[in-house]
Formats: sequence, structure tokens, C-alpha cells
Amino acid sequence: MTVPNLVGAGLIVIGAGIGLGKIGGSAMEGIARQPEATGKIQTAMIIIAALLEGLAFGALFLGK
Amino acid sequence: MHEIFKDQNLGAMQKVITSLRFSFLILLFFPTYSFAFSGDQHATTDGGRVNEDEEIAEFIKHHIKDAHDFHLFSYTSSHGERKHIGFPLPVVLWTANGLVTFMSSAFHHDDEGKVIVEKNGLRFVKYHEKIYQLENGADGLVFDEDHHPVNAEKPLDISITKSVFGILLIGLLLLIWFSSLARQYKRRQIPTGFGRVLEPLVIYVRDEIARPNIGDKNYRKFTGYLLTVFFFIWILNLVGLTPLGFNVTGQLAVTGALAIFTLIIYLFSGNKHFWSHILWMPGVPYLIRPVLAVIELAGTLLIKPFSLLVRLFANISAGHIVVMSLIAIMITLKDELTPAGSIGLSLLLSFFITLIEVLVAFLQAYIFTMLSALFVGMAVEEHEHHEQHEHH
Repeated sequence: MTVPNLVGAGLIVIGAGIGLGKIGGSAMEGIARQPEATGKIQTAMIIIAALLEGLAFGALFLGK
Repeated sequence: MHEIFKDQNLGAMQKVITSLRFSFLILLFFPTYSFAFSGDQHATTDGGRVNEDEEIAEFIKHHIKDAHDFHLFSYTSSHGERKHIGFPLPVVLWTANGLVTFMSSAFHHDDEGKVIVEKNGLRFVKYHEKIYQLENGADGLVFDEDHHPVNAEKPLDISITKSVFGILLIGLLLLIWFSSLARQYKRRQIPTGFGRVLEPLVIYVRDEIARPNIGDKNYRKFTGYLLTVFFFIWILNLVGLTPLGFNVTGQLAVTGALAIFTLIIYLFSGNKHFWSHILWMPGVPYLIRPVLAVIELAGTLLIKPFSLLVRLFANISAGHIVVMSLIAIMITLKDELTPAGSIGLSLLLSFFITLIEVLVAFLQAYIFTMLSALFVGMAVEEHEHHEQHEHH
């Protein structure tokens, strides 16, 4: 566990956090504008969030 | 008549749900108490804060790992003897002298490589949940600087470990549940008993995961696999929250095997369009096509299965570590908050985080199934003619 590894993993996790926030926020806006599309928006949101989460976990895993 | 029947059934359902709820609560608090008591024992015998923290870290690490026996809890008896409560599992080794089997109780809960088991003229020790075969004349493990043993080798270990036991148990359970559900449809339209819980879930996976992602034409062929994966992961995630201490879906080997299943399925069911889009992408300049092929191949063969396996592993392991750490609050904050305060705080926090973990257990099973369906869907998708892009 070296310092560059930790900093790199931290940066990726920060980026993933920002990304997750944007996904969640946009999904909320979308649902507010079109409540009848809630189900479809949620599904797409979860898929993208899962892909991003995989990246963040990969960083944690490799940065360890 | 029908109404009365329905009411009776509802009453019975409610009773079952209430009793299930109580047993769940009892299950939830059981590991908490056993952990607290074992911690107390150490505080009085060993003393010292540093020691305690190290032991908690050790305990959590041990819990996350696979094991050769079931360990429920330990205590120190009034004679000062350390007692372990649990049950052993069979050890199966493939060595130079053929198959060697014995129960893991032969090690007497030793995990430091001290107890030597002799079988078929070979001598074995267990060190950090790995079984080593000692060389002739050696009577203990000797390590070099990199912590590799120099006088022992690792035989091929195909033991029924805790995780293997969990997989077999849940596999059998799923087989019983779903074969009885399938048999019920031969006699009647609506299943009875536990089948009523399973049916909506099966339909959910079919209609919300398989059909929209794979497409109306092909989804039937893959629904069986998706259902198996979904229920396997979900039930094992839930079992991992009970004090049995399973952490099956938090083992890289298990999630890796599941990811490889998905990889094989979408590689072998991929149609011509799928492969042409990977190897020789149409519609881009010829110079870029080889570059794209490398990227696409890496994505298809490595990144997709890797993301599947790491996501499940990391989520479940992280959940277990968080629950264990919150339970450990009752030991670490004992002096600051008084025993009652620290136990109350840790019970409150671990209770709510366990509820979140119940949600995560479902969500991770859902996401694994959903992404598997998505990847398979990409492979079998029927492409329309490219001229249609102008209509958008």
C-alpha cells in the first residue's frame, strides 16, 4: 500500500462519487419531469450506477 | 366459501410472517452477543487497547475468509481453557499418495500450523486456513522472508469448505423449492404455500430483466440461467447475513466462476453481427478498425466479466466488514460510553446497517442478473439495416 496507489484510488473514488451524484440528480429531474417513465429511468440509472460502482471498486481493489 | 378459504390462508400467512420476523430478529442479535462476550473475555485476560484492536481486525479478516470448519463462537471456561463451538467439515486433499480425507476437527481448531495430522504416511498442518504437507523430517512450518513455507508444499485442496458447503446447501434448497413449484403447475394454475412467494419473483426476473434486455425473440433460452443466477446470489447473500458466518458471494472464486459462466454464455451465443462489431467494426475508417478491435476484445473478454466479479465480491465483503466493525463498537467504545451505552449504540447502528444489507443483497443479485442479461442481449441482438439511423 504505497502513497501514489492510495492517492490514485482516492481520486478515482472521488470521481465515481461525483458521477454517482450526477446520475442520481439527473434521474430525479427526469422522474420529476416525466413521472410515468419512472420505471425505465430507474432501471437505466441502476445500470449506469452499477457500471460506475464497478470502476470505483476496481480502483479500491487495485489500489489496496 | 372461497372468501373464507382466503381469510384462513391470510391468517396462516400472517402467522408465518410474524414467526419469521421473530426468528430473523433473534438471528440478527445472536452474533452480536457472542462477539461481545468473546471480546469481554479478552479484555479481562489480556487487557490492553492495542491488543483489542488487533484482535478485532483479525476476527473480521477471519470472518471474511473461507474456512475449513464452522466456527460459531469461542469462550474461555472457568478452568482457563479456550473452548470453540462449531462443527467440522471434511478435508479432501489430492496428494502424491492419492486421495486423503479426514475431518477438519483433527486439527483441533489450530490455525497456526502447530497441530500435525498424520494420514496415509503424510503429515499435514493448517496455517491461516491453508493446508500444507510437511516434508520428511520436518516437524513444523519454517518460513522465508516472503512468508512462503520452505519445508512444506501445498497439496491440491478440494475440501468441502464452508463456502462449498454453503453452495451445496443452497443449491439443494433451490432444487427442492423450484422443482416442487414446477410440479405444482401440472395440477393447478396457482401455486400453493411457498410457491406463492417464488412465483412473482420468477415472473419479475422474466418480464423485467430477461425480456427487455435480451429481446422478445431470444429471451426464453436464457431465462433459465438468469433465474438460477439471480436466486443463487440472492439467497446466498441473505444467508451471509445470518450468524452461520457464510461469506460465499464475497469469495473471489465464487463470483469469478459466475462471471465466467456469463462470459461463456455470451461468447458462444453471439451472432455474426456481434463478432463483426468486435473484430471489424463497420462504418469507421479502415485504419481505426484494428485499434477498435483491440479495445472491443479487451472489453468483451476481460472488462465485462471483471466488473461483474469485482462488483459482487466488493459489495458483499464491504457489507460484512461494515456490519462487523459496527458490532465491534461495543468493545472499542466501552470506556467512553459505558458498557450499556456502547452496546446500545452498536446494536442500533448494526441493526439499521443490516436492514440496508438486506436491500443490498437483493440489489446485487438484481444487478448481476441485469448486467448478464444486458451482455447476452448485446450478443444476440438482431441488427436492423443501418439506413434506419436516419429516421431517428
